[in-house]
Amino acid sequence: MSGDPLWSVFVNACLINNFVLAYFLGICPFLGVSGKLATATRMGGAVTFVMLVSSICAYGINLGLAALDAPYLRLISFIAVIASTVQLVEMFIKKVSPTLFRALGIFLPLITTNCAILGLALFQTNKGYGFAQCIVYALGAGTGFTLALALMAGLREKLELANTPDVVKGTALSLMLAGILSISFMGFAGLGG
Amino acid sequence: MAGLPSHEDTPGTDEFIKGLWRDNPVFVQVLGMCPALAVSNTARNALAMGLATLFVLLMSNVVISSLRRFVPREVRIATYILIIATFVTIVDYVIQAISLDLHRALGAFISLIVVNCLILGRAEAFASKNTVGRSALDALGMGLGFTTALLSLGAVREILGGGTLFGLPLFHDAFQPWVVMILPSGGFFTLAGWLLLFNALAERRERRATLAAEALR
Repeated sequence: MSGDPLWSVFVNACLINNFVLAYFLGICPFLGVSGKLATATRMGGAVTFVMLVSSICAYGINLGLAALDAPYLRLISFIAVIASTVQLVEMFIKKVSPTLFRALGIFLPLITTNCAILGLALFQTNKGYGFAQCIVYALGAGTGFTLALALMAGLREKLELANTPDVVKGTALSLMLAGILSISFMGFAGLGG
Repeated sequence: MAGLPSHEDTPGTDEFIKGLWRDNPVFVQVLGMCPALAVSNTARNALAMGLATLFVLLMSNVVISSLRRFVPREVRIATYILIIATFVTIVDYVIQAISLDLHRALGAFISLIVVNCLILGRAEAFASKNTVGRSALDALGMGLGFTTALLSLGAVREILGGGTLFGLPLFHDAFQPWVVMILPSGGFFTLAGWLLLFNALAERRERRATLAAEALR
């Protein structure tokens, strides 16, 4: 079991090894939903919640599979749990806020295939985190994802008004922005242990 | 994706070719970006990742299209994901058996093939509607297109970032490697560069077409 202090786990997941900008996890929603700031932050909230729930479930599954001595079932059980959690969140959002449901559109069910969530479950297993560390890790990763999405959305709202050549419009421009953001996040490398 | 027309009347070779160029998964459809960016820091990793994805895509497309009459519509996505996860688990263990080094370099990204939108996308848009043979050709084309794209990303990043290709040194000792290309941000920049090239080519083709149309008039 890894003995990292909780604050270091949080800073590590949120800033130093940001899931989007350092691990390239969750690039699809990062490019797809980062057009508007409001949608981006809500999407971040939904992803953080799914991360938290699936992280707790993944911890439980690991204990169960260790008892059964069946590590080859890990991937299949993780993905099944994530898919059902997403279904749950989808029904919840649809009930509570239909506007948000419409704004997120196709990207809500696509959280299932968001690699950030499965990645989180796999990384916490590989690092051997304990229960409290898992929760903090999920919160940090979710915060980092929301932060990256919000920063990107803010930049893209500004760029809408800028005069750019036709060739770079669309994905190419977003990728260059992401590259520059990623360089600036490297500045956090000195933080934490 | 669901809006794509099914090519029932086109020859089988077309299913194969389209994935390589016209509908290239990475450069044209911009699918499966996460592994494309994350493990393309060297040409070797990129090739291994591409081949692993090709295998999973081929096997899952074949199985899904042969089961397409038996899977109820409501639970199809869950079924697809379970089938894909099974093949990914196989690939994970096979790579571990072949080369432990490679397994360590690719890390969790082998398991993450499960959530590669490309594979689920082909299952939903193609394999669930077409015959086994056609689905296999489609998977081969898309898989090879994905591998080529990954390899071209990986080659550029390795040459500029380390001065090597497949581990072989290419330059004189005085070459200063651009370390940024191996770092995460280099992945974004390289892909942006390739997309720019593809955009510029598409734009030039369009301009030529309009010029030709005007000349005819």
